[in-house]
Amino acid sequence: MLRFAPAIAIAVLALPVIGGLAGTLLPAFGYLPALGGEDLSLEPFRIVLAQPGLLRSCGIALAAGVVTAAVSTVLVALFVGGWSQTRTFRFIQSLVSPLLAVPHAAAAFGLAFMIAPSGFLARLVSPWATGWDRPPDWLIVNDSLGLSLMLGLIVKEVPFLLLMTLAALPQVPLAASTRLSASLGYGRISGFLFTTWPAIYRQIRLAVFAVIAFSSSAVDVAFILGPTTPSALPVRLVQWMNDPELTSRFMASAGAVLQLGITLAALLIWLLLERLGRMAVMHFCGEGRRFRADRTMRHLTLALIVLTALIVFGGLAVLALWSISGLWQFPNILPDTLTLRGWIRALPQIADPLWTTVTVGLASTALSALIVIGSLARERQVGRAGNRWALFFLYLPLLVPQAGFVFGLKLFLTHSGVGATWAALVLVHMVFVLPYVFLSLAAPWRAFDPRYEAVAAGLGKGPWTTLLAIRLPMLSRAILVACAVGFAVSVGQYLPTVLIGAGRLVTITTEAVALGSGGNRRVIGVYAFLQMLLPFLGFAVAALVPALLFRNRRAMKVA
Amino acid sequence: MPDETAGLRLDAVRIRLNGRELVAVDRHIRPGETLTVMGPSGSGKSTLLAYVGGFLDPVFSGEGRVVCGGRDIAHLPAGDRHAGILFQDPLLFPHMSIGGNLVFAIPQSVKGKAVRRARAEEALDDVGLSGFFDRDPDTLSGGQKARVALARTLMAAPNFLLLDEPFSKLDMQLRGQIRDLVFDKAKRSRLPVILVTHDAADAEAAGGEVIEIGRDAA
Amino acid sequence: MKRLSAAFAVLAFSTTLAAAAEPDPSNWTAVLDDARGETVYWNAWGGSESINAYIDWVGDELQERFGVKLVHVKLDDTANAVATVVTEKAAGKNEDGTIDLIWINGENFASMKRQGLLFGPDWVQQLPNWRYVDVENQPTITTDFTIPTDGMESPWGMAKLVFFYDSARTEQANLPDSADDLLAWTKENPGRFSYPQPPDFIGSSFLKQILSEKIADPAKLLEPVEAGEFAELSKPLFDYLDELHPNLWRSAKAFPKDYPSMSQLLADGEFDITFAFNPAEASSAIANDLLPDTVRSFTFSGGTLSNTHFVAIPYNAAAKAGALVTANFLLSPEAQARKQDPQIWGDPTMLAMDRLDDADRARFAALDLGIATLRPDELGPTLPEPHPSWMSMVEEEWARRYGVAN
Repeated sequence: MLRFAPAIAIAVLALPVIGGLAGTLLPAFGYLPALGGEDLSLEPFRIVLAQPGLLRSCGIALAAGVVTAAVSTVLVALFVGGWSQTRTFRFIQSLVSPLLAVPHAAAAFGLAFMIAPSGFLARLVSPWATGWDRPPDWLIVNDSLGLSLMLGLIVKEVPFLLLMTLAALPQVPLAASTRLSASLGYGRISGFLFTTWPAIYRQIRLAVFAVIAFSSSAVDVAFILGPTTPSALPVRLVQWMNDPELTSRFMASAGAVLQLGITLAALLIWLLLERLGRMAVMHFCGEGRRFRADRTMRHLTLALIVLTALIVFGGLAVLALWSISGLWQFPNILPDTLTLRGWIRALPQIADPLWTTVTVGLASTALSALIVIGSLARERQVGRAGNRWALFFLYLPLLVPQAGFVFGLKLFLTHSGVGATWAALVLVHMVFVLPYVFLSLAAPWRAFDPRYEAVAAGLGKGPWTTLLAIRLPMLSRAILVACAVGFAVSVGQYLPTVLIGAGRLVTITTEAVALGSGGNRRVIGVYAFLQMLLPFLGFAVAALVPALLFRNRRAMKVA
Repeated sequence: MPDETAGLRLDAVRIRLNGRELVAVDRHIRPGETLTVMGPSGSGKSTLLAYVGGFLDPVFSGEGRVVCGGRDIAHLPAGDRHAGILFQDPLLFPHMSIGGNLVFAIPQSVKGKAVRRARAEEALDDVGLSGFFDRDPDTLSGGQKARVALARTLMAAPNFLLLDEPFSKLDMQLRGQIRDLVFDKAKRSRLPVILVTHDAADAEAAGGEVIEIGRDAA
Repeated sequence: MKRLSAAFAVLAFSTTLAAAAEPDPSNWTAVLDDARGETVYWNAWGGSESINAYIDWVGDELQERFGVKLVHVKLDDTANAVATVVTEKAAGKNEDGTIDLIWINGENFASMKRQGLLFGPDWVQQLPNWRYVDVENQPTITTDFTIPTDGMESPWGMAKLVFFYDSARTEQANLPDSADDLLAWTKENPGRFSYPQPPDFIGSSFLKQILSEKIADPAKLLEPVEAGEFAELSKPLFDYLDELHPNLWRSAKAFPKDYPSMSQLLADGEFDITFAFNPAEASSAIANDLLPDTVRSFTFSGGTLSNTHFVAIPYNAAAKAGALVTANFLLSPEAQARKQDPQIWGDPTMLAMDRLDDADRARFAALDLGIATLRPDELGPTLPEPHPSWMSMVEEEWARRYGVAN
């Protein structure tokens, strides 16, 4: 039975992506018999390229992809280099899970509420420091260059890359290298960058690619924070897809192919940057520059990391405050009146979306966890053969922009008569949940001391008993954390739910973004708060259940 | 005539890595006797244990018969070989109590919770740890853990013992104690033992044949 | 895994229902019978808390009185619903469509009617509550943006473009009274006004208002526009916008998302003037703690746009009987009175007061329309909505000129 687990994993990951891609590519070249498109042609592409402001839209997406990845990677590298093995590091480490749990849309809303001209930060300093009694007419949120978009993405991608780096750390001789480079006279950061970082980077490279793919194609964050004249390409794609004119389907598919091209271009630019980075490091290495005076850099890095955490948590706090506020005029720091009206109004309406969110989340996570555990257990049995391919399939859904294949998937589902069913939604969510569950669980699973199983076998226990009685309980914390990550991923899914759910199946996230299109901050506050509450609960369970189950076992308390 | 079928026989056992032969053994270990395997680090001496125990890493290739009680167990799954294994670390299951660790080792054929618990208590008495049934493994000292590990291994009624440098993490004083305990039990139960070590004192205490991996052939 | 695919298949195939025969609105008892137990998926814009709460109330009443379950599918843009029905028709899904009722008017109605996507014609006049509707005095009920409704969309409420301001910040004497006045006002008060980015309905309506005022021959607006004449006829509008945009909020590099966003901006002090199609919008917002109680409304003495908004049923709706019952309930005096209450929503009714019985009439008379609402006789003249073809071309040209800010 275990034999099938890897095959199932690959099927779940690859079939929707490849099938969806085909479903997008064909109409892009004019072939969609159901809508009268019988011949292949380049007409859809011609139409797309003639759209006003297309170059700007593509440029924003491209820049978002590259800049987000660059800033996040550099920040993580400097932080790990400057602060690893310190108490501060362990503290920041404990923040990573909660930060990851916050869905992108909620973080984006929180950021918007903080940095807008009428936002919380402006209120903090007005009117005493700035003399403003009315907000200035500054274009901060939705700015033309997409800077707030990049900021909204960076604050979420930094914890993700940090998590991936932490998973890679045990496999490099960090402590020894640190001591060695220090003894050779290198500063903390430079020593780390020259000796250990290349090995770590090799491990997290695919994760960085995933960041580029996501940042260049994310719809919800671009919708909330990105420019509007013109919008970033992913936002326009969704608009084209929803256009009442039938012929727009072809144009939308061509646009999706264009989005794939943009992501590819971003990846290529990144490869170039990698090369430049390597050359720079080699150059400095060769020169023997020590960079010992890195105190300022270290503290600056820490400040920036703390800032990203503050932005997310601060944003959430502001959202929570808005959710219970009555009239709250500028420049008041606190609401003029408090009211529970927003919550009371929202509660009857949340029941259905909440139910859908939770059930789809639990189902997709549970199924993904089963498949992942099965695949990892199978891996043990046969040795790590076929590893490279496995990794490719794993990252496939993360590297192909969602817009690129979810459209095709939706077209396929509509035309095959399968409507917006719960099962279809769970299946589509699994495509994204499975990779994250795998990535979270793989390192702890593989790091598990294999001698325990040898001991159990020696005691006469078969593989199933060993799995159920020894490995799973001992890895329970890691498994639950991986499940919490998967659940958070499912809760935060926007585009797949919107397209596959087709308005029949709504989740808290789709409601939040839909309602957030209106200006009512109270409502946004309620939904965004709920949106991040669910993943938090998941992580709380992941922390509490093992603590409870193994409260008398000291050795199980260690992370 | 000594019974040639009793005990453990390693018949043309060869272990290779990328074509290079690491281990070549042809030995018969009688019940109660110990075969000591010595060699420098990285010579592959632990792979012999792994091959006999059934958990050889697939990156190595092993061949040869391992005959125990008249049967070739080399192709059996690890769980069917009844090999008692002791590693450098006691590897007590941290999520079970001491008693839980022992009860886990009792074969399924022994039924009844009370009966199984009684057996476990008995084994604890035997190694001088009476009353430790409900204790958390993490609260024991190194020596105590080693004794529990031994008791656990013997609880499963193994046919032979595989010892992978089990005393090297113990301090000098304990080492002697535990070593004597282990060999004493092995002799009493008439179990053949394969001991991997790089401590000459261990080899001496074992008192059996010594082979050197990396230098010696069959 | 086999179990999962089997379950999936079962779920997929179990969603097929036996197709119900088309309900006949003239036999209302049969319609009520059919409707009991049905679930109606009502696709309606979801950006306003008050409207969502009202729709929730409608859902509760429908469940209690008629056994109909109402699901409010919150839309960003009505065009999305049109797109869904279009796709379903193209895929040959002529029954059991995913949408049962759409909140609609104007261009979207014209588009759906033209493509044969609507149930009907002539079911609206057969609804029991149709007798209360003020058909004679409200021509926009039977002609939606110059397109005859043919009884294919049921009226839900009236709309008139009204402006709002905060009297605590702005003097009434300084308020603009026409499009040209507005232009002059923005020059004196830069960055304090804007309109939602088209194709948002309110944003497009603002453009229509300006076009109606600035066009040389207003009668042209009631006819379909010829592609050849569009550039010349619309020139006054785009000249106006070229002059207006540099003085708008954010210098027109970004626009508010919709009218609740504009209310928020008014509350924050970023806007001085905002507008909406609901004359009671400000009172409703004040009642819901979204605007300070110093907000007041005004219109242009030359007239502002006015129209009716409707609900329509797609041709392939799965729960047509339920949709009919819902549409009828929305027309009822009780539902209309509650809708007009600014504490709830404030949307004006299109029922004729003289056709109601005394109890219902009293209900309406008792409504406190709110301090920020102009009385019906203060609302000023109405400008008719242009033919839908104008808007498609205006939106396209707008996107071309202003969709990309420098």
